[in-house]
Amino acid sequence: MDWGALHTILGGVNKHSTSIGKIWLTVLFIFRIMILVVAAERVWGDEQDDFVCNTLQPGCRNVCYDHFFPISHIRLWALQLIFVSTPALLVAMHVAYRRHEKKRQFRKGDQKCEYKDIEEIKRQKFRIEGSLWWTYTSSIFFRLIFEAVFMYAFYFMYDGFRMPRLMKCSAWPCPNTVDCFVSRPTEKTVFTIFMIAVSSICILLNVAELCYLLTKFFLRRSKKAGNSKQQPNHENKEETKQNEMNELISDSCQNTVIGFSS
Amino acid sequence: MSWGFLRDLLSGVNKYSTGIGRIWVAIVFMFRLLVYVAAAENIWKYEHDEFECNIKQPGCENVCFDHFFPISHIRLWALQLIIVSTPSLLVVFHVAYRENREKHNQKPYRNPGKIDGGLLCTYLISLILKTGFEIVFLVLFYKLYNGFKIPHLVKCDIRPCPNTVDCYISKPTEKMIFLYFLVATSCLCIILNLSELSYLIFKHSIKCNLKKYMKKQQ
Repeated sequence: MDWGALHTILGGVNKHSTSIGKIWLTVLFIFRIMILVVAAERVWGDEQDDFVCNTLQPGCRNVCYDHFFPISHIRLWALQLIFVSTPALLVAMHVAYRRHEKKRQFRKGDQKCEYKDIEEIKRQKFRIEGSLWWTYTSSIFFRLIFEAVFMYAFYFMYDGFRMPRLMKCSAWPCPNTVDCFVSRPTEKTVFTIFMIAVSSICILLNVAELCYLLTKFFLRRSKKAGNSKQQPNHENKEETKQNEMNELISDSCQNTVIGFSS
Repeated sequence: MSWGFLRDLLSGVNKYSTGIGRIWVAIVFMFRLLVYVAAAENIWKYEHDEFECNIKQPGCENVCFDHFFPISHIRLWALQLIIVSTPSLLVVFHVAYRENREKHNQKPYRNPGKIDGGLLCTYLISLILKTGFEIVFLVLFYKLYNGFKIPHLVKCDIRPCPNTVDCYISKPTEKMIFLYFLVATSCLCIILNLSELSYLIFKHSIKCNLKKYMKKQQ
């Protein structure tokens, strides 16, 4: 069980996403998860071992490390990626539910069901409309919220996105103010800025996708409203024609009756 | 053999679950298993090496660590995940048994995976066991570590430590955050299990009452 399992789960959702959603998923896996696993974890691998304080006092290093890094960058990113990927499960569940309903209809032998076999139902791609639209839009909305919350938490906990070289610590049992040195601060800053930049790109992609879905929704609604207005004019024309026909028929009947009577 | 095995087992269970059961499986995968493997395991990786006592006496650190951590949080977490997922296997076995019976034409089932009759009892038992195990592990965590807090410093005076010695735990805040996360997800899973239990009992009792009513009408 690892990030590969997440890839399998989200890959299924990819089929029913918009193009922007597919780009978002690609960015997530290549520029965030892969970078985290392949590179960032190695950079932070020796973070506590190589966190050195200028004192021989046992326990001082532990306490200072805990004070300055309440939760490691790596763990925060891992949690962020998990939380940000979770809303896609809502869409996966909704699609699975729809498929289940279609399969049930097919098994009952419902004539309305237009599928030839169950395999076709499994392969079918659902359009993002109706209740699925609401689920999809909510999932994007939650994604945005989680991204923003984690970025703020990051900024708040570490006073910005820079990793300092030196930290001054005076927590007990350190005897006085003690200098503590962080390992690989520049490399960590580079990766931090990279991850923040990619998070921002993901936020922009999510906002773009949200706008696209809302635009599509309103366009569809105005089309439907337009269609329903046209239909009454069409009906009036039909009625007028019918009325003319009726008049012709009644005129011809009258003429016939008058002809008989005379 | 790794967590992938558990993942495959639970995917099999998913097929025969109710909607709430599927949400439970999703939460176990995403918020418990994945968080454990991707984040939590590494925090506790060097807990013994980084456990430091203010003394040079050989053996003192070992003895103190063993006294304060009879079983590591992370191992208890792993045990909890395995034991809590296991009752779902009862359902899988029962469905396999039904399919086997059908194959030998002893009793044809309209749908061997439908939760009714004996399978309903098995499903309810599995839910009760899952909830029970979750509660047992939460109580175990609470009792073993005197609550869900992890202190920075513990005082140890067990032989061969000469006097009372200060011992410092590594990354206590980070460990505490993940411990709270574990407790929160366990509680969420307990609530889901109880809701599923109530839903199934309610659905079944309505069905029974309807049948009785139809029989009376006839």
